[in-house]
Amino acid sequence: MQNIRIYKHPILGELKKQKKVNIFVDGEKIEAYEGEPIAAALIASGKKVFYRTPKRNEPRGYYCAIGVCSDCIMIVNDRPNIRTCVTPVEDGMKVETQIGKGRWEGIE
Amino acid sequence: MKTEVAVIGGGPAGLSAAIEAAEYGVEVALIDENKKAGGQLFKQIHKFFGSGEHRAGVRGIDIGNELLEKSNKLGINLFLDTIVWGIFEDHKIGISTKNKSDLIEAKKIIIATGAYENTITFHGWTLPGVVGAGAAQTIMNVYRVKPGNRVLMVGSGNVGLIITYQMLQAGIEVVGMVEFLPEIGGYLVHAAKIIREGVPIYTSSTILRAEGNESVEEAVIARVDDDGTSISDSAEVLDVDTICIAVGLRPRTKLSEMIGCKMKYLPDLGGFVPQHDKNMETSVKDFYIAGDLSGVEEASTALEEGKLAGISVAESLNYIKEDEAIKKKNEILNRLNDLRLGPFGRMRKDAKKELMKDVN
Repeated sequence: MQNIRIYKHPILGELKKQKKVNIFVDGEKIEAYEGEPIAAALIASGKKVFYRTPKRNEPRGYYCAIGVCSDCIMIVNDRPNIRTCVTPVEDGMKVETQIGKGRWEGIE
Repeated sequence: MKTEVAVIGGGPAGLSAAIEAAEYGVEVALIDENKKAGGQLFKQIHKFFGSGEHRAGVRGIDIGNELLEKSNKLGINLFLDTIVWGIFEDHKIGISTKNKSDLIEAKKIIIATGAYENTITFHGWTLPGVVGAGAAQTIMNVYRVKPGNRVLMVGSGNVGLIITYQMLQAGIEVVGMVEFLPEIGGYLVHAAKIIREGVPIYTSSTILRAEGNESVEEAVIARVDDDGTSISDSAEVLDVDTICIAVGLRPRTKLSEMIGCKMKYLPDLGGFVPQHDKNMETSVKDFYIAGDLSGVEEASTALEEGKLAGISVAESLNYIKEDEAIKKKNEILNRLNDLRLGPFGRMRKDAKKELMKDVN
């Protein structure tokens, strides 16, 4: 079952209206809120594996959610090693699961 | 650029230090790695403990908003999205922001970098779905997304208890909580809330492993005997998709170690802690600390310690007269004493005393 957004909350109230945009995750279009961290949009869409380790190809997902642990790094708009938990969503963003070390060839 | 005071870290301690100093007219730069200051305050949707003067009954999130408003009004120079990567001689701080590096030079520097979460290792602990308790709190309270649907909480200190309750508030099912020690770690008033909701707390128990192909599908827990060895006969399988780790915090000491602060190992304060005197000044002249970096406690103590550091730098830069500074500092020390009552507070108070011995 996929994780979902918390629309109603006894302390925080209703989830306020935000601008919806689309991002492309491993080629698949998903809905996200503009400005929220990429990781939040991914978790809300049910995605669990963000990154695979270089040697053993083990799956990794977000762990700290505050930009410290680097388990949530992905390839974003062709740039590798982007910490998705602290990088805001922009409309049309291309987000890819990172397999192993990031490749920097051809990136400015 | 140059400034009179630079504060590194914009959580409760750093913000409070910056505000206090700025209120006396000191020129302050506040540096934070996040896009918004406030640290963990904006995740704390529960009401604070203690008496009225400790902001009891006020939610962390409201205190955070209040502090941001104050810092704006006082014209504190905010450096957000800015990482401090080094501190050099002559009080120069190396910063990096938007992929550019720069130096900030300050007469006095307050380091308030907070704490890191501890973790524990077990088979499967790297699987997606095993997350820090702070991460779960951030995802659900700030970004309004459920970190999972069925959760096991590991650790029953106040963080584990409070976040478990917040999960219930967010509509997440918590199937249980394991605590290695024979007794619940945090305050019973927090524990009572989640017990009332029917969440079982397994004391003298631990997590053996997380199972799952690409992410957590099951957690295996077991009882531990008196010497802490797990009893495999007692193993129980829980159907969960998320395992939350809440096993304490440790001071984030890298910058203070880098500049050579004298340290002490005090488990009651979270491990290695930079030493400081009664003005929050470290063994390195002109460098002050506050908050969880100077011993892991609570946001309310961090707010007070920040004030103390703020007044101390204002005094040392001659913005306050000595007698007024003494009076203010004594008021804060009294409030800190009040916050360090009870069995847990007592331990921290003793550890703080030890930390402040032989600083220089």
